[in-house]
Amino acid sequence: MNTKRRLFLKGSMAAGAAGVAMSAGLLTPGMVLAAWNEGAFKAKSVDEALSALMGSSSTEAGKIKIKAPDIAENGAVVPVTVSTDMGGVDTIAILASNNPTPLTSSYELGEGALPYVSTRIKMGKTGKVIAVVKSGGKLYSASKEVKVTIGGCGG
Amino acid sequence: MAKTIKVRARAKDGVVTVKMLISHPMESGRRKNKKTGKLIPAHFIQEVVTEHNGNKVLVANWSGAISKNPYLSFKFKGGAAGDSLKISWVDNQGKSDSTTAKIK
Repeated sequence: MNTKRRLFLKGSMAAGAAGVAMSAGLLTPGMVLAAWNEGAFKAKSVDEALSALMGSSSTEAGKIKIKAPDIAENGAVVPVTVSTDMGGVDTIAILASNNPTPLTSSYELGEGALPYVSTRIKMGKTGKVIAVVKSGGKLYSASKEVKVTIGGCGG
Repeated sequence: MAKTIKVRARAKDGVVTVKMLISHPMESGRRKNKKTGKLIPAHFIQEVVTEHNGNKVLVANWSGAISKNPYLSFKFKGGAAGDSLKISWVDNQGKSDSTTAKIK
């Protein structure tokens, strides 16, 4: 019997199995993306991002507190805290108006979660930090100007 | 993966304050490698989920505009000292990590 031919077949089968495993591995990030709102995060303007994320871009002024520095020396690390006294909040979004893609993050509040989120964001240049809160199907927003002396997106 | 999540959760007057630090590069995909001039591929956490008794308390959706080694803090009602929290993250390259922490 031709052993070389047998060996070749075995080798190609092993490679085939590896290929299947590879493509299965590649599928997982795609599945993650389904939950992650790609359209909203890739949107290039605040309005577009809000429409994609919340279904509407019209917001009312709300009693939302934004704690962020007036001047951020380093745009790569801008601490932002968003809180509100409103009830029934189910989503909070934090946007930076002058970033290439303004939506930095969004938070889905589960049962019991209080409308309070604190994190650190990157800002490319001076602009507004906008907090949008969804409460009872309506959107409320507030913003705060943050001056950035060194950008955090280039480098 | 090695331990990437540091959590501190404290209950006070029925409200639990959760603070976490995750070690992650959080590359936005817009930065250039100074030596080669090539863009560094995006690598950032997309989702951070915190569960308390199997109930999702907070789901954070992130982009590359969250700072390197991200910090996140939030509060929720209904947790008590001794309860455990499960925190997990997934990034855009399919990597993930999770941990459980006790509320103090």
